[in-house]
Amino acid sequence: MERVRERLNMNAIQVIPVNWYLLLSAVLFTIGVLGVLFRRNAIIIFMSVELMLNAVNLLLVAFSTYLSDSAGQVFVFFIMAVAAAEVAVGLAILMSVYRNTMSTDINILSKLKG
Amino acid sequence: MKALILLSSLGVIALLAEIFSFKKLLYPLVIIGLITTFIFNAFDWGTDRIYFNMMRYDDFAVAFSSVLIGVSFLWFIMADGFFKEESNMTDYFALVIFSLAGAVIMVSYSNMAMLFLGIEILSIPMYVLAGSKKDDVLSNEAGFKYLIMGAFASGFLLFGIALIYGATGSFDIVEIAQTVAAGAASSIFYAGLLLMLVGMAFKVSAAPFHFWAPDVYQGAPTPVTAYMATIVKTAAFAAFLRLFYTCFQGSAATWTSIVVVMAGLTMLAGNITAVLQTSAKRMLAYSSVAHAGYMLLGLVALNQYSQGSILMYTLAYSVGSITSFGVLGYVAKAKGGDAVDSFNGLAKTNPFLAFVMTVALLSLAGIPPTAGFFAKYYIFTAAFQAGHAWLVLVAILASLIGVYYYFRIIIAMYFKHSNHEVTIEVSANHKLLFVITVLLTIALGLMPDFVIGLL
Repeated sequence: MERVRERLNMNAIQVIPVNWYLLLSAVLFTIGVLGVLFRRNAIIIFMSVELMLNAVNLLLVAFSTYLSDSAGQVFVFFIMAVAAAEVAVGLAILMSVYRNTMSTDINILSKLKG
Repeated sequence: MKALILLSSLGVIALLAEIFSFKKLLYPLVIIGLITTFIFNAFDWGTDRIYFNMMRYDDFAVAFSSVLIGVSFLWFIMADGFFKEESNMTDYFALVIFSLAGAVIMVSYSNMAMLFLGIEILSIPMYVLAGSKKDDVLSNEAGFKYLIMGAFASGFLLFGIALIYGATGSFDIVEIAQTVAAGAASSIFYAGLLLMLVGMAFKVSAAPFHFWAPDVYQGAPTPVTAYMATIVKTAAFAAFLRLFYTCFQGSAATWTSIVVVMAGLTMLAGNITAVLQTSAKRMLAYSSVAHAGYMLLGLVALNQYSQGSILMYTLAYSVGSITSFGVLGYVAKAKGGDAVDSFNGLAKTNPFLAFVMTVALLSLAGIPPTAGFFAKYYIFTAAFQAGHAWLVLVAILASLIGVYYYFRIIIAMYFKHSNHEVTIEVSANHKLLFVITVLLTIALGLMPDFVIGLL
């Protein structure tokens, strides 16, 4: 009974050990990295980059809760704002690529060589 | 801090110029604004103020901000054609000035959050500018590659920051250093350090993470390439040095050997690949990769000389790059291509441009009495005194390879003949700019102590 009450008082995130969050975000981050390296569609590459950033967000929130320090959660807001700006610019560049080449396959973008 | 406030206001004014239609006044306004910022920035010298534990304006920050603002002043004179051609020039002004504000944040941060924000404020406008020739597929490709690689590198940097936060409980670079010195360093901390190292290596285009740089530099419009090679590289190196000098100095044993290998690879890869290029623009791009390798020597040294020598190096390299990209812009426009052969016979048709280019290339190659020689000399000495004799030997070999491809352009200008000779008209602004950069290159070569002694 005592243990259940203790658990209820604990922060919901803290029920799970921090290493599990570390593992989960490392796996998500790796999936994102592999996506950027091996997918050929520009939109999916953007999604993979977002996955990398969201893995970082998850990790920051988990650490922030375990350390009882709010700085990590504030950092997440900065990352989300910057990621939104980056995607806005990225999709705009992708639009001009599409207008010129009529494709979002990045194999077309290999004209710069030497 | 004054510099940051003034630059941000200047950016907002540039955006307002479109609405209140004083577009014609904007160019002189920006030039005056930059001079004002430079002067007010100099007033911060020696004050060493800390703002909300986020920014620290010590002498390091003021010195590098001065270099950034001074070089961007030269860049604005060089790139005036870039702004006249376009109808939405106010956007370009605003983008360049905001990215300069990001560069100033990058040299003065004292918190990981500001490092991240500075890098992104610098980079996001550069993605747009690299892809700013909307109808040109090459420019599109450059913008897209720069964006993907930039975001990818930011991901590594952020994962590193998150791990270090988990290990030390802080984003403040001084607090992290203190926690680590107190013996709290765990495997999570070292994993974070290595991920941050990878992220920063991407940003400064150090081998083996340099492959994006030549493509982006070649595809982007030439003035934007010059901006990336000077301002962006200076800011990235200052941020790199500040991070490792302040925050990770205590754990130098872990990362020094990695950075030594990285520096050697970068110098060799950059210089050897540059020899094989036929396009002068791409050659200068690889030479910029090679220069990143030399600058890594100052980071490896991590002694009292490294800050001053990197300051000197970034200044000498930036002045040389602004001049060479300026001349390249003229030649490429007149001959319709940026191949090394288009420089053939330039000395006969246009001795002034050929002389200016020669001085800039001699400085980049590191031949005395130019600024580049002393920049290299000081940075090699710093690394040598830190006990990296082998790395200095590799650096000297790499710069000998460098001399070969810089002299290819000089030989093309003076000893080869062109089939169709075109006399290039140089505008009065650019004549003044080239005279200033040549004088600056030689003056820095004669009195290097003036810059080295600052830090």
